Amino acid sequence: MLSADTWKGLALPVTLIVLGEIFGRMANLTDIDSLAPPSSIVLAFIEAVRDGSVLTTTRDTLITAFTGLAIGGTVGLMIGILLGVLPVADRLMEVTIESIRPIPSIAILPIVLIALGFGYRLEIAIISFACMWPLLILTRAAVRGVEPRLMEVSRALKLSPAARVMKIVIPAALPRIFVAFRLAAGIALIVSVTVEIAINPLGLGHALMVAQQALRPDLMLAYLVWLGVVGWSLNALLLLAQNRLFGRAAIVEDVR
Amino acid sequence: MNASISVHSAILWRIASFAFAAGLVMLWQMIADARLVSPVFLPGPDRAWAALVRGLTEGDLIRKTLGTLEHMAFGWLFASFVGIALGALIGSAPRVRPYIVPTLEFFRPLPVSALIPVFIAFFGLSQTMALSVIGFGAMWPMLLATVHGFAAVEPRLYEVARSLHLSRAAVIFKIGLPSASPDILAGMRLSVTVALILSVVCELLAGLDGLGHWILISARAFRSADLFAGVILLGMIGYLTAVVVAYAERRLLVWRASGH
Repeated sequence: MLSADTWKGLALPVTLIVLGEIFGRMANLTDIDSLAPPSSIVLAFIEAVRDGSVLTTTRDTLITAFTGLAIGGTVGLMIGILLGVLPVADRLMEVTIESIRPIPSIAILPIVLIALGFGYRLEIAIISFACMWPLLILTRAAVRGVEPRLMEVSRALKLSPAARVMKIVIPAALPRIFVAFRLAAGIALIVSVTVEIAINPLGLGHALMVAQQALRPDLMLAYLVWLGVVGWSLNALLLLAQNRLFGRAAIVEDVR
Repeated sequence: MNASISVHSAILWRIASFAFAAGLVMLWQMIADARLVSPVFLPGPDRAWAALVRGLTEGDLIRKTLGTLEHMAFGWLFASFVGIALGALIGSAPRVRPYIVPTLEFFRPLPVSALIPVFIAFFGLSQTMALSVIGFGAMWPMLLATVHGFAAVEPRLYEVARSLHLSRAAVIFKIGLPSASPDILAGMRLSVTVALILSVVCELLAGLDGLGHWILISARAFRSADLFAGVILLGMIGYLTAVVVAYAERRLLVWRASGH
């Protein structure tokens, strides 16, 4: 059974949908290119699922988002660990990092565009750039926050630097690194959709643009709602994984 | 004594860090000079700098920069007012919150840029579209932060307000806003970044006067030096707005650090 709070939460969206339907029926929306009643949005979505376009576009968006996340995340993780373990490197890189990080990821789009052209690689490169920062910054903080006595233990055991990172630093910092990963996954989805809407002809963002240009508000809104569902599910899944894997250990203040 | 040594070493480290960055710029120059990467994609720092100076002194790079700043500022100010006002109304009504907050939370992970086509359908590729997108998109983090801040207010403060028979407005201004201010300011910091990104995307799409449009046409014409000049300016805008907002945040929250 659903709790009272769940019912309260559902009340607003259900009311909006019912009102939208009534308003849509009464106001003959076929003359307007920007709105559609909920029933035709559902029909458009079913049609798009049937012809496979929902599947391909969702796949394209998620593949680019996750590939970018994997590449940018790995680079950010490695630099973050390096800077966390070696304070000298951290201090040397400070100005460099501070001057590159504020560049909005979408601003490097034209640079990547002339270097790589349209397609998956364009999007993956930009997502990698965007996902690198949260992992770099949060991993660096997590590594610095590793219990100093653990580092003393590793020194007493005369572990090699590689073994120290693999056996002490990464396990100790893992909960907070996962939080960074979860934030970066959200960023990856946002950036991929933004790049698709701005310029790249693939994925859900492009499908939204095409539906708008074809004056199909029903299909456009269907994709929008679907994108909301995808984003929400991704977030919910990662939160669940975080709670299952790390529990309270991952509760840290959100940085940025 | 110790303090002065640490200040000294901090300055020395800062200089070393600048030197390291300068070394990277020199490396970039050497790569460009040796033509390891085609100059069509990668101009040397000298050419990028020259394009930046030329654009700012005789070209219309200043106008483009001001255009982007204007889009950002209008959208962000609108977002701040509406986001905080709405957030305060929702947040200060505990009986209404359970009806509205789940819907707001559902939209939190939705990429705001996905709303651009919807706004284009309403307003066309226009300035109005851009400002609505930026305003709406930047409002979101602020709205959620304000609601959260109001919800997290110490419940006993609300009890005090009730026993003093304070009006709703007084509760919001005397209790809610001050206690929620750390959350609200964090939301404002986040929404500045959102506003910058959305400004660039909208300028790029709608061809509005701004750096987003500038970098796209420079790329289309393969003028890589102009392109890099635009990207450098965008980085500077991102950096400066972040610094200003973080400074304002620290100044306004001084009372917190003093232990109250």
